[in-house]
Amino acid sequence: MSAAASTAAVDAGAATARRRLPWGGMARLTVRRILTGVPLLLTVTLGVFALAAASPFDPVRGYAGDAALTADQETLDRLAANLGVGEPFAVRWWDWLTAALRGDLGDSTVLRQPVLEVIAERAVWSALLCAVAFAVAVAVGTLLGVLAARRPGGLLDRTVTGTAYTLSAAPVFWLALLAVWFFALRLDVLPAGGLTDSGSSYVSFGDVAEHLVLPAGVLAVSQLPWFVLYVRQGVVDALAEDPVRGARARGLAERTVLVRHALRSGLLPVLTLIGSRVPELITGALLVETVFSWPGIADATVRAATAVDFQLLAALTAFATVAVLLGNLLADLLYGLFDPRVDFRDM
Amino acid sequence: MPRAIRQTVALTAAALTATACSAPGADDTRGAAPADSVVLGVATEPDTLSPLLGYGKDGNSKLFDGLLTRDADLNLEPALAEDLPEVSKDGLTYTFTLRDGVTFSDGEPLTPADVVFTYETVLDEKTNNPNRSELAAVERVRAEGSDQVVFTLAYPFAPFAARTVLPIVPQHVAGEQDPNTGAFNTSPVGTGPYVLADWRKGEKLVFKANPHYWGGEPAVKNVTMAIVPDDDVRATRLRSGDLDGAILPPNLAATFEDEADLTTYRATSYDYRAVSLPTGDPVTGDVDVRRALDLAVDRDTMVEKVLDGAGRPAYGPLPVDDDWFAKGTERAHDPAAARRILDRAGWEKGADGVLTKDGRRAAFTLYYPAGDKVRQDLALAYAGDAKKIGVEVKVESGTWDVIEPRMAKDAVLAGFGDVGDPDFGLYPLLHSSEAGDGFNNMPHYDNPAVDKALDDARRTRDAAERRAAYDTLQQELAENPGYTFLTHLDHLYVLADRWKTAGSDGLTTQVEPHEHGFAAGPWWNLEDWQPRR
Repeated sequence: MSAAASTAAVDAGAATARRRLPWGGMARLTVRRILTGVPLLLTVTLGVFALAAASPFDPVRGYAGDAALTADQETLDRLAANLGVGEPFAVRWWDWLTAALRGDLGDSTVLRQPVLEVIAERAVWSALLCAVAFAVAVAVGTLLGVLAARRPGGLLDRTVTGTAYTLSAAPVFWLALLAVWFFALRLDVLPAGGLTDSGSSYVSFGDVAEHLVLPAGVLAVSQLPWFVLYVRQGVVDALAEDPVRGARARGLAERTVLVRHALRSGLLPVLTLIGSRVPELITGALLVETVFSWPGIADATVRAATAVDFQLLAALTAFATVAVLLGNLLADLLYGLFDPRVDFRDM
Repeated sequence: MPRAIRQTVALTAAALTATACSAPGADDTRGAAPADSVVLGVATEPDTLSPLLGYGKDGNSKLFDGLLTRDADLNLEPALAEDLPEVSKDGLTYTFTLRDGVTFSDGEPLTPADVVFTYETVLDEKTNNPNRSELAAVERVRAEGSDQVVFTLAYPFAPFAARTVLPIVPQHVAGEQDPNTGAFNTSPVGTGPYVLADWRKGEKLVFKANPHYWGGEPAVKNVTMAIVPDDDVRATRLRSGDLDGAILPPNLAATFEDEADLTTYRATSYDYRAVSLPTGDPVTGDVDVRRALDLAVDRDTMVEKVLDGAGRPAYGPLPVDDDWFAKGTERAHDPAAARRILDRAGWEKGADGVLTKDGRRAAFTLYYPAGDKVRQDLALAYAGDAKKIGVEVKVESGTWDVIEPRMAKDAVLAGFGDVGDPDFGLYPLLHSSEAGDGFNNMPHYDNPAVDKALDDARRTRDAAERRAAYDTLQQELAENPGYTFLTHLDHLYVLADRWKTAGSDGLTTQVEPHEHGFAAGPWWNLEDWQPRR
């Protein structure tokens, strides 16, 4: 927070007085968001239980796999009873909720291990993938957006904008398959999947980095168009605003005008975008992880859904919801900090 | 291109050493990996590594041993037991004496209590083991003395010994946990030749040799099972040297034929595909129609066209070269004879070319599970063959959730295949008491002569009597084929040429069951592999 604030202070170029951070406003916003988040979480998890109960998948078959296809009826019935199939979903939701509030997230039936363990051993890899992809998308998106905005209608602008529109229409799993085909199968320069080489028995930095390039790259590329287009538009608009005209009139260098004045004001909509892109990032990551057999949350989510594994599904959904809410809160806080016109009380 | 360069360097290095004819240990050309490590690509991973929930129930589990085990020809051999069991005269009591000096990988000794705990937990209603009914004959397990385990059966069950390949788990570890979700599922402790070093679900399992294995430490020290669901990706990774071996479909395995340092292994199997013919339906329940369909299907063409040659015609659940197969029950492809049977039975050609009898058209629906290409092609070929004798088969696909409620009414392209004893596969498939019980006897086949043969073969332990019973059964099944058996599948594996088993020139495969890939394949006896000199 302080880093962002100090950047803001420096960027403002207002060396006269350090603006005090509106701690009170930020705290009040956070508390308000938590209060609205609680009923939302309850609704979402209840909805997941209802959806899972209505799903056409057979939990017994999801649990036992192929063994269920050769099993007798007594076995199928016994497994169904042990798995709690047939209990009303509202009851199961209440049981889950009361246990979760005591800190017990339960056990995943399909993965045969505690839910907390499933999430702990996978979340770190999903987080790594998302963080790298997001950072790349924001950095490259900002750079390309600014470059394109410098000369609207120029060759670079038309190329970047056109590519961005095309990419925004391309499904992420298709991009992923294309990347596997080109970089792994045709060129054989990057591994097609996994976290490390199959033969290596421990996780080393270089190995993971090499395996991260394709999935993170594809995820970044899938998010890139939004950032490029928003930054470009923001900067193009800002270039026509009074402060920029004033700066130019004062004879400041074009570079200074572009970075210090136009970009700063043009980035404001991007901050909102960061928050709203988090859900897209998570769904994109699920698809990317599946294609690249990345050992993250995705595989667990798919198996939880197809096997109607209530405990695991509910926990994963709750975490995804929290991630989205946090993303939105973070975007709003940054927005308020960067744009002095915005009052936290209005959010 | 680090990977491409790495491989080129490796190949060049290998070529140089080959011409120099020295440099011991550098005799492989695939990635210059040492022969004490192997990376294998399989399509699926186990849901659990706990035998209490079904892992390794048919043996070859790498991490565990059963009381008994099976050799290359599927004969039972002692493992954790010192010898084959002593069986009481009435066939109800089996006594095993445990091998001396066996320890679990955590150093604790194996005791009869561990065996009792394993069987009692699997048999516990609350344990989510989907294969529990395989031990339905067991009434009681108890420890006797310091080294004996006694099983008491509820009824005479001749093939019981073959079920005792079930892996034994340590009570002092697994007994402390919930068998359904405990940590034992992902970090198991066993007596087997390997211990689990790492399991990244969905990606790979890593095994390390167990230095204290009672059978001697394996020569292959590091084993990685890479989970690669996609066939094409698996083939590519094998070609690039990332994998040393993989299970592959026939068309992809064929692309490796010219690779000098790779060997293709073809494992025959009990894994068959058959069309179930519901007794409850007036068309498929008609013995004449059943026999006509049985003669009308062109099994050789199915093997050749649908399976790319990787299979054999099936005339019953047992493969033609099985010890228990009744010679003489093979049926030739003879559509003319099929037409004669229907003709004699009074079926007449209707206006649309489909046979009719008493105003009923010879037509039925055949379901196959969606997404299974082999079953889809077999179903279409079956419908084509049936059409030639005037029987209309409507082919439909669906998920098992769609198919399951229709199994008693509509035909299904089913696949089964059990290893160990004929009883294991045949009893649930054909006995009338199993009709419609889950996925057992889906078409409600009901033939008193077959029932009697199945019961007789269970009761007697006399080999000749059992053989006679199974011969009778197979002849009865040919007379009234409640399923049209189509083919047995072969499973193909491509593997680097770096290992052999002691006393032979290469590696071996067992005759494999329906479920395969992880415990089957040329790596079924990984612990016996030796680096090639």
